[in-house]
Amino acid sequence: MTVLTTPAGIATGAADALRKRPGADVAGSAFKWLLIGATVFATGFLAVLLAVMIVDGWDVLSGNLWYFLTHGFSQRSAGEAGVWQGILGSLQVALVTGVFAIPTGVATAIYLVEYAQGNRFARIVELNIRNLAGVPSIVYGLLGLAVFAQTLRGFSGGTTAIAGGMTLAAMVLPIVVITSVEALKAVPDSLREAAYGVGATKWEVLSRQVLPAALSTILTGTVLALARALGEAAPLILVGAATGFMSFGDANVFETFTGPYTALPVLIFNFARQPGADWGVNAAAASVIILVLVLAVNGLAIYLRNRFEKQW
Amino acid sequence: MTPEEAVMTQESDASMPDVAQSGVSGPGVSESGAVVDGMTSPGPRIDVSGAAMGHTRADTQTVFRCDDIHVYYTDFLALRDVSLDIAAHEVTAFIGPSGCGKTTFLRCFNRMNDLIEGARVEGSINYHGVELYQDEVDPVEVRRRVGMVFQKPNPFPKSIYDNIAYGPRLAGAKRSELDDIVERSLTRAALWDEVRDRLKTSAYGLSGGQQQRLCIARAIAVQPDVVLMDEPCSALDPIATGRIEELIAELKTEYTILIVTHNMQQAARISDMTAFFSVQANEMGQRTGELVEYAPTSLIFTNPEDPRTEAYITGRVG
Amino acid sequence: MTPPMPPDTSNLSVADLRTSAGRRAWSAGARWAFALAALATVLVSALIIWTVASGAWTFISQVPFDNLSEIGWFPRRGLFDLSTLLVNLVQISVIAMLVAVPSGFGAAIYLSEYAHPRVRKVMKPTLELLASVPSVVLGVFAISFITPSILSNFFSEINYFNKLAAGIAVGLLVIPLIASIAEDALRAVPLALREASSGLGARKVTTSIRVVLPAAMSGLMAAIIVGFSRAIGETMVVTIASGGGDTSLFNLALTESGGTFTSAMAALGLGTDQVAGNNLAFQSLYFLGALLFAITLVLNMLGDLIVRRLQNKY
Repeated sequence: MTVLTTPAGIATGAADALRKRPGADVAGSAFKWLLIGATVFATGFLAVLLAVMIVDGWDVLSGNLWYFLTHGFSQRSAGEAGVWQGILGSLQVALVTGVFAIPTGVATAIYLVEYAQGNRFARIVELNIRNLAGVPSIVYGLLGLAVFAQTLRGFSGGTTAIAGGMTLAAMVLPIVVITSVEALKAVPDSLREAAYGVGATKWEVLSRQVLPAALSTILTGTVLALARALGEAAPLILVGAATGFMSFGDANVFETFTGPYTALPVLIFNFARQPGADWGVNAAAASVIILVLVLAVNGLAIYLRNRFEKQW
Repeated sequence: MTPEEAVMTQESDASMPDVAQSGVSGPGVSESGAVVDGMTSPGPRIDVSGAAMGHTRADTQTVFRCDDIHVYYTDFLALRDVSLDIAAHEVTAFIGPSGCGKTTFLRCFNRMNDLIEGARVEGSINYHGVELYQDEVDPVEVRRRVGMVFQKPNPFPKSIYDNIAYGPRLAGAKRSELDDIVERSLTRAALWDEVRDRLKTSAYGLSGGQQQRLCIARAIAVQPDVVLMDEPCSALDPIATGRIEELIAELKTEYTILIVTHNMQQAARISDMTAFFSVQANEMGQRTGELVEYAPTSLIFTNPEDPRTEAYITGRVG
Repeated sequence: MTPPMPPDTSNLSVADLRTSAGRRAWSAGARWAFALAALATVLVSALIIWTVASGAWTFISQVPFDNLSEIGWFPRRGLFDLSTLLVNLVQISVIAMLVAVPSGFGAAIYLSEYAHPRVRKVMKPTLELLASVPSVVLGVFAISFITPSILSNFFSEINYFNKLAAGIAVGLLVIPLIASIAEDALRAVPLALREASSGLGARKVTTSIRVVLPAAMSGLMAAIIVGFSRAIGETMVVTIASGGGDTSLFNLALTESGGTFTSAMAALGLGTDQVAGNNLAFQSLYFLGALLFAITLVLNMLGDLIVRRLQNKY
């Protein structure tokens, strides 16, 4: 570059310097495309995953889907095996999970945000929740096996959908608490003050103003938590879902809560570990079913959140 | 009064409640003991008999009698030694520079400061002969009798009707009475004609000024005795401000009104009594508010006793 | 129509300034109910610790010490060589991080620095969606696609169950987590820093690499730590794609099968009926659980500490 001395020189030089030169920022473009590549890889494998599962499971999905959905597990041959026990079992487990996790989690969040900001007990609870969130899922299985299935056998009936549901409830509890805390913190204080200002008690402020205002976000969080539970297999394996198969026999649907049970992801695991390509078809077909279920529930939750997102 | 005058320049931080500014707790807050010691002398005690205004007000009844009020946020003294009486059916304005504790003081009257972590009120507020700060008094009931209107309009995310009905429902009003209460309250707040056809629609659909009148209607729906207003016009345009001021003038026939304002003209226009607060920083930079002068509004704006008051109202300070 | 009238205050007493007993009782009761729920979450932690610790203690106090370093992991035969599992665990987790960190960070940088807000708005929920893909499905993906369709092209002799495929699948699983934490860290970098850099004539790539990444370094470290912890705790992918049963000999080859803490636990759990007696094979389940719990707890607390420090920084 020449040294510019006169104003005129600066002017012409500047005009040149400011002109965009082709290929000047090769490194920049390369970097950007590298990043786009990483992003496509990170998000695009879902499409690959879905495509592979559909292709692999096509024999079942195209011809036998109804049979597959309405028949139980069979050890005899892959062609005779179906997944209804897994689907119903997953719904039962999710129901129990919701019954235990949602009230406890939301109430804990309310306590943390509305009652105990910063006191010692609240700090312990917060630290505890953060640590629980990182505990591997299979460790919850140990809790379920030792406590919910054995110590509380009288309540849960042993390794049943109730014990499995309680296990997953413990596992998703931190998610419910954390999302509910966020939701409650997003409710502006002006709303609380307004309610206090006309003579509401704390409970009235919470139940009639704060909770309704936070409800849609809390619901989204709990739906996401239940979706997580729906796809989880590891803890349930320890709580007996891999070896038990629900059978109606003389029982009605309520009694099956306290009998042997299984869940869809555990069933997929069972398909996957059977030798033989035809079992692989079942595993892939069942994977498509669970992917559709989980993605649908998640998509719904995310849609609801974006839909009801409040601007205060 | 022209609209231009009505929107006298607000301080830039007008949207922040004073409590946030004065409630600063930083390192060194706990070392404010020296400040506390130096201020035990009683503040000016002002009689509201009205003698200073040259006429007698035999009908005047004292609603609040405040003695030696100190407010602390944790260890930090936000407001020092305020003693004054509030007369019934008058508008009393609290003015002063930001951080002078006027909002903090206002929130003492319905025990709203109880809701702030670490806030502590010392001294006595006597409400119609009952000490407000005693264990037997429930702040919830105090807030029903001493209503509040906030700086920014804060309607509930509900219908207009439900906004008004919320308080009466809590207080146990019967279903059959609610329609009547809603209409009366909205009428009193000069909003009825504008919203009568859309009572079931969201309160968020109203303009800012309408929302603030809705909040006033909501406050009076529970039949309070006193209405506290914390800079109720600071978020409003001049026309909306004017309507609120008219409303305040009408409301004082039934209610005792305490209003915090940044806007001195507003205080001059609408209030009967004015309390001027000032702020003093100690060597550690902690700002403590104090009452400088409390007098009939006409007097304080024409012939203030304290040079600090004069400096403030003539625009030399603050 | 009469306006709402203020109450009569001529004879006010303290009793008038009390709320009804019912309303007060509700409010007080609610407080206790909420506190009780909070206590329940602490109870969950306490029960987890008690369960794994007492089970692990039973195991440790009974197992002959030498059996913890014997030829391999054969719990039914009383051989519990931890190094067998540990080497598999490290190999699989490191492979997972080699997959997840570059693509997770790449996606995070793209979303935080380059992406159009509209792209971001679509991609962020997509990442969340990915985080919910059940791990069993990725396990199936590993044995039905990653090994036969990809890895077999590079390795002529690769086991049907192998650590490489398991590691890659675990990596895919933790990408969303890493991307999400990293993106939060990058977005926490104040705009002013970027503007200062641009103002000096730096190109976007220079600003991103020289200014934003270093400023977010601790957050990115936290993303790696938390991602690593998740990889260690992942069970189903490893069980399906590499575990292949509950026994294995010590081996270092990535193309061979090998179980980790979690897959060994799952394998023991599958035999719950048979081993539910008080024998050592069953107790080793709790021992592994205790080790896993301790390792992930330390990693998570470390990650959490870094994230919190980051939040305080800006």
